[in-house]
Amino acid sequence: MRSKVVLRRLFRNPQARYGIIAFVLLVALAYIGPYFGSYEWTEKDFMAFLSPPDADHWWGTTSIGQDMYAITLRGMQKSIVIGVLVALIATGLAAVVGAFAGYFGGWLDRVLMWGVDLLLVLPSFLILAIVSPRLRDGSWIWFVVLLAAFTWMITSRVVRSMTISLREREYVQAAVYMGIPRWKIIFRHIVPNLSSLLIIDATLNVSGAVVGEAALSFFGFGIQPPDVSLGTLIAEGSRNATGYPWLFAFPAGMLVLLVLSVNLIGDGLRDALDPGSNS
Amino acid sequence: MGKYLLRRLAINVILVAVAASLAYMLAATTMNPRGAYEGRQPPVPEAVIDATLDAYNLNDKTPVLQRYATWASGVITGDFGKTWNGGSVNDEMGRRVWVSLRLLLIGTIVGFVVGVALGAWSAVRQYKISDRVIGVSAFVLMAIPVFVLATLLAIGTYNLNRGLGFTLIEYTGEYNPKLAGWDQLMNRLNHLILPTISLSIGVSGAAFYSRIQRNMMLDVLGQDFVRTAMAKGLRRRTALIKHALRTALIPSATYFAFALGTMFTGAIFTEKIYAWHGMGAWLVDAINANDVNSVAAVTFFAAVCVLAAGFLSDLLVAALDPRVRVS
Amino acid sequence: MSILEVTDLTVTFPGGVQAVRGVSYGVERGEVLGIVGESGSGKSVTSLAIMGLLPRGAQVSGSVKLHGRELLGMDEDEIVKVRGKSISMIFQDPLSAFTPVYTIGDQIAEAVRVHQKMAKDKAAKRAVELLDLVGIPNPNLRAKAFPHEFSGGMRQRAMIAMAIANDPDLLICDEPTTALDVTIQAQVLEVLKTAQQETGAGIVMITHDLGVIAGMADRVLVMYAGRPVEQGPVDDIYYRPRMPYTMGLLASIPRIDGEEGSLVPIEGNPPSPSALPPGCPFAPRCPMKVDMCDDEEPPLTPFGSGRHVACIRSHEIEHKGLTGADVFPVPVIPPSDVVRVPRAERATVLRLDDMIRHYPLMKGAVFKRRVGTVYAVDGISFDIAEGETLALVGESGCGKTTTLQQIMQLAPPQGGRVVVLGKDSAKLDKAARKALRRDLQIVFQDPMAALDPRMPVGDIIAEPLRAHGRKDVRARVSELLELVGLSPEHAERYPQQFSGGQRQRIGIARALALEPKLLVLDEPVSALDVSIQAGVINLLEELKNTLGLSYLFVAHDLAVVRHLADRVAVMYLGRIAEIGTVENVYDHPAHPYTQALLSAIPLPDPEMERTRKRILLEGDLPSPADPPSGCRFRTRCPKFARLSEAERQRCVDEEPSVARLGNAVDHGAACHYAEEIEVITASDDQEEK
Repeated sequence: MRSKVVLRRLFRNPQARYGIIAFVLLVALAYIGPYFGSYEWTEKDFMAFLSPPDADHWWGTTSIGQDMYAITLRGMQKSIVIGVLVALIATGLAAVVGAFAGYFGGWLDRVLMWGVDLLLVLPSFLILAIVSPRLRDGSWIWFVVLLAAFTWMITSRVVRSMTISLREREYVQAAVYMGIPRWKIIFRHIVPNLSSLLIIDATLNVSGAVVGEAALSFFGFGIQPPDVSLGTLIAEGSRNATGYPWLFAFPAGMLVLLVLSVNLIGDGLRDALDPGSNS
Repeated sequence: MGKYLLRRLAINVILVAVAASLAYMLAATTMNPRGAYEGRQPPVPEAVIDATLDAYNLNDKTPVLQRYATWASGVITGDFGKTWNGGSVNDEMGRRVWVSLRLLLIGTIVGFVVGVALGAWSAVRQYKISDRVIGVSAFVLMAIPVFVLATLLAIGTYNLNRGLGFTLIEYTGEYNPKLAGWDQLMNRLNHLILPTISLSIGVSGAAFYSRIQRNMMLDVLGQDFVRTAMAKGLRRRTALIKHALRTALIPSATYFAFALGTMFTGAIFTEKIYAWHGMGAWLVDAINANDVNSVAAVTFFAAVCVLAAGFLSDLLVAALDPRVRVS
Repeated sequence: MSILEVTDLTVTFPGGVQAVRGVSYGVERGEVLGIVGESGSGKSVTSLAIMGLLPRGAQVSGSVKLHGRELLGMDEDEIVKVRGKSISMIFQDPLSAFTPVYTIGDQIAEAVRVHQKMAKDKAAKRAVELLDLVGIPNPNLRAKAFPHEFSGGMRQRAMIAMAIANDPDLLICDEPTTALDVTIQAQVLEVLKTAQQETGAGIVMITHDLGVIAGMADRVLVMYAGRPVEQGPVDDIYYRPRMPYTMGLLASIPRIDGEEGSLVPIEGNPPSPSALPPGCPFAPRCPMKVDMCDDEEPPLTPFGSGRHVACIRSHEIEHKGLTGADVFPVPVIPPSDVVRVPRAERATVLRLDDMIRHYPLMKGAVFKRRVGTVYAVDGISFDIAEGETLALVGESGCGKTTTLQQIMQLAPPQGGRVVVLGKDSAKLDKAARKALRRDLQIVFQDPMAALDPRMPVGDIIAEPLRAHGRKDVRARVSELLELVGLSPEHAERYPQQFSGGQRQRIGIARALALEPKLLVLDEPVSALDVSIQAGVINLLEELKNTLGLSYLFVAHDLAVVRHLADRVAVMYLGRIAEIGTVENVYDHPAHPYTQALLSAIPLPDPEMERTRKRILLEGDLPSPADPPSGCRFRTRCPKFARLSEAERQRCVDEEPSVARLGNAVDHGAACHYAEEIEVITASDDQEEK
């Protein structure tokens, strides 16, 4: 019932509509697009080094003859997967930690929030930069976990402070007075009522993670070769951006479009889920 | 009050100590400063390498806890040790902090001022054309990561300069050391143009603040006190600026205080792309150079900045908002 | 000539919702016009439209003339000279109506300087004078305080000071006392009367409280669904209402001087302004409805001298001399079996012995630290017998909510004892506590906040059943919904789809799910409109009688308490001031605080309000973190002021405890000099006799 209302509001919101359409198209491009290209992303065309976009290589080729179209889409797949996974893990963690800290208060709250403070102070960039190149033979999943581990703290603080105010709500007190166990109250009454915040946050975390991955990869601290992501491609391309603009333009453009579409969805969700908004 | 501050200080000192120690341990156990000496031609005898590394407290043959103890006792007395090639970390830090400050201060402030002004204006004109234009531009700008924006600006400038046939706008480095006096100052300002633009309009600048300020302003616009101010006989404009904007400024000012504190380490990309040798660039360079002590020092500095920024923004809130002030 | 002449005012919001549909009235100099209506009737929108303060999308048509000058469509340069100068407005919630970041003095001085050419220091001085005029102690010092540092009553006084700063011709007061406690309300209304005398202004008084209007207004306008339905001199409206809605409204309010018997509820809910019924908007709820009512909306037509009524049957009502009780069906509530047994022989369901609850007092949001102790509940004792309703009354900050929470938690109190159904809360283990929760349930104040918005109603009611392992959940939910006057199909819907009154019924159904013996009612009707309130009160009374429940009823509305409760305990600053049967406490209050409280409540009876003598209290409630020594009430006590020096000493040194009063079986007061007097109907004339 409510979800129907939200969906209707979401589609009535032009920002969100364009965002969703763009995101769906981008995902389709990343996963279906490769079947239409004439080259595999692992293939090297020794006849064409650094060739500009043409009928054969739609988006041009790299200095070792890789097809930019195939390799960019491959990078996009990775970026999307990383973004979505990081967002899910980070938001889930934020919800659980924030809700427990806020609801139970006392020493549990102090310990958890101290941990949050510590993680905020810890140089996430440094840790990611040192650890992720060493995960070479492990897998990129570990990179996702690490990225998520440094993404959730701010949200968990917001969740905590909202939980503290929800805790005083009468329907939560009613549940306490009915004799319902506290962990059940958290998952039945607290977390669902934070869902609008969490959905918005998860959405924005997707774009945050996509950018974060790209940023680390830009310095060579993220996804490791032979695997590619938008970040590694942009790093590669920006070195020769003045002479061979297609190396930079396609991955950078895809990244911006991806982030933009996700941000638009997030903002539209905020309007649709917030009963006070007047749009 | 005094007791509260002391407690907060104590917690912060512990946090900094833990963060810096963790960074040191991580760097000391995973990085390999020896590599920089081993591959040389002609080969350096192992005993010499050991002696050099011992002098810098970087020798991986020394147990890591022992190296940590040496490092920690140095830090306590204010000595952050030596860089991988024997320079003083303290000197390096002293130099780089100023580079970062010169690079970032103007951009950060400009971004805040422009963002707040645009955000407030666009809230007042909600759903009108100007609001939509500002909103869309902010959205697009916020979707462009700093490293893409900075690269784009650099490409644009390169093409502009080439088209003009002379260098109108500089895009790398801090200044041309060959110039002096007035010329050097102008040259420094010229070098600042691009980084300042890239810092002030993007994700961490005007685009970001304009979104926050617009939301805050919209929250406040619907509130009773703005209506009261108009019921008193104030013009809409006056009521909006004096009552609504003043109140809605509190949250964005808090963000700003935080941004000002964390500014030093937040500009890794801008510094790297425009080749300024500030604190952010140092972190990347130090990691690439396996420079354990520098990495630990940057981490220490960053942790202090984050905590100081948190404190600064708390202070600012207290100054701006009488509701949270201690009576 | 009238100061203000409103003709056919209509307000349409974007989306075509008509919030106000043709309002006309005039206000003379020195006159008070009361506008009454329930929430959503368009009364506040009308006043904002007059001030030109509606949001920009709203379309306003009709005419608003001030001293013959048209205000609608005036450009900003002109209207800013009128606002705050000729017309001032006092808003409902004074906390949000002041800008939080400027001092009160600055904000008043600003109002002065907008309209008068005056130096800054002079304006500041004028602000202090104005604060003094509205009775704020130490105005020099208080002018430098921020809004959040003022109490609610003081803020409303400051609001009045700001409104009269430029000597306006017309004051519009939008629910000026709704957010305040009764004793503070009495003070503020007194200040308003002073302000009117000072300025000679006309007043438009908008409120839902028929008691306040009775005491203040000369003429009354009753609004329903965006239109005036009846208008006339105050006595005509109160004693000879000719429109069924007005009649029902007056019959549905409980009165502190009221007799026994059930209240007269108006069925149904006010229509939404976006979905008005055809014809008369009140017709769907009107017991006098005939087919013709649906044909067209009856216009507001002149009726006798100076009156207007919008009802096609008004002449019939006049001829037959009908009253609200004749027109609206009076529900029959079955009597209770339990009360036939004398109280002393009934079981005790709840007993509090000298219970204490203190909190640490924290200060500052950023620099948080403990600065003292709040003595929220500081030793209270009472008991409730089976089948009985005990009301705990008092103003905000008296500790009644804390008491209730302490009881509901079933945890060991910091001091004293809480005994529920013979079981001491300090000696319960986990299983016993859970078992006891079946018998002790609660109904909350705010029916919106009390129901999880993300659960369908069926699940909400089923939650306690499932938690305690009941099997026949589905059948029981249907049964409960019917019990509280809803239908079983409602189980599928979400709380947002119900009106306030219906939501409160859902809350009651949930509380009854486990068949408790004791129900705690936390202000169960205070968030509801008057016409809805009566239905819920009747339901509670019926449930108590048919199910043999006992109630602990926490409330600030003494009129509702009189109607529902058997016994009443009056709380002041964490202590009980007076306790006893409702008849004893209301008719012969012995504690000076109870006396002041009862005399502060306005009666919906203009005649009585005009002659009634009020006991006004000085100042605000002292902070519960720093209560006065000895008797806590002495700093505001009118009796203390009249005592001799020697007698006073006892009040300062010795804290009085509740002592039984000589001639009554069930009546005690915590006052060294308790003396029973009559206050509800006390008038100046009686004093002289």
